[in-house]
Amino acid sequence: MKAIVTVMLKAGVLDPQGKAIGQALHGLGFAGVGEVRAGKVIHLELAETDPAKAQAAAEDMAKKLLANMVIESFKVEIAA
Amino acid sequence: MKAAIVVFPGINRERDMAIALAGSGATPVMQWHKQADFTDIDLVVIPGGFSYGDYLRCGAMAAQSPAMDAVRAHAARGGYVLGVCNGFQILTEAGLLPGALLRNAGLRFLSMDCHLRVERNDTAFTRSYQTGDVFRAPMAHGDGNYFADDATLDRLEGENLVALRYATASGAIPPEAAFNGAARNIAGIYSANLRIMGLMPHPEDLVDPLMGGTDGKPLFDALAMMEAA
Repeated sequence: MKAIVTVMLKAGVLDPQGKAIGQALHGLGFAGVGEVRAGKVIHLELAETDPAKAQAAAEDMAKKLLANMVIESFKVEIAA
Repeated sequence: MKAAIVVFPGINRERDMAIALAGSGATPVMQWHKQADFTDIDLVVIPGGFSYGDYLRCGAMAAQSPAMDAVRAHAARGGYVLGVCNGFQILTEAGLLPGALLRNAGLRFLSMDCHLRVERNDTAFTRSYQTGDVFRAPMAHGDGNYFADDATLDRLEGENLVALRYATASGAIPPEAAFNGAARNIAGIYSANLRIMGLMPHPEDLVDPLMGGTDGKPLFDALAMMEAA
């Protein structure tokens, strides 16, 4: 079972990387790009076969290591 | 005073730290993280560098290592802990100090001198300075932008736990003196019991006239005066 963990800086936490990407997009002539936020996607191969348990395990991993809850939030998606 | 300098893979400021501590009369010992043992140790120092290649987040990997359980136990016994640069990042990631260190607001890695204002001098770390003293310190980091939510920042200020602030040479603290964008110009903080200090700049790299100055030496003089545990 595969878990996909998306980690993003919380709203309100300055994301200078996202800002720089946004400026580069403007520089390339892409119009209509508003705020840009950059994050991380972490793919986990899990031995667990129960989706609910896999979800719970991935959330535990995200809270303990993958995300820093002071500055980041995360989302877990389970794929077969 | 006996100090243990914890060395994780990727740490590179441990020798500078040892020189600064020994220069003030303390007895530093290097401890590879896998053999960390703080028996009879008065001060645990986590020096700067790029532990575990800054993978995931600066300090995130080291914060999960068994050595940090030993640091936690040392702190729980009322032991002193100093974290500099990556060491500060590790202490926040380990939850021993509040907040987090974000990417510098200007995105650049900053390798330059800054000025620090001493916010209080009644701690084991700063008693050789005067409150309000401004001293010069080198900084060298890409992720030193101190962040905490407003409630935490208010608590740190309310409980007088801000150790050092980025300042001008004359001691003013305009936001632009925090080159990395740090909230409320915070360069260093204390734990509630004043025995854990974390800071981004490197006072250990300004402790000898041959380094260009001795601005950082009073910090290590103060620590070396510590009574043996």
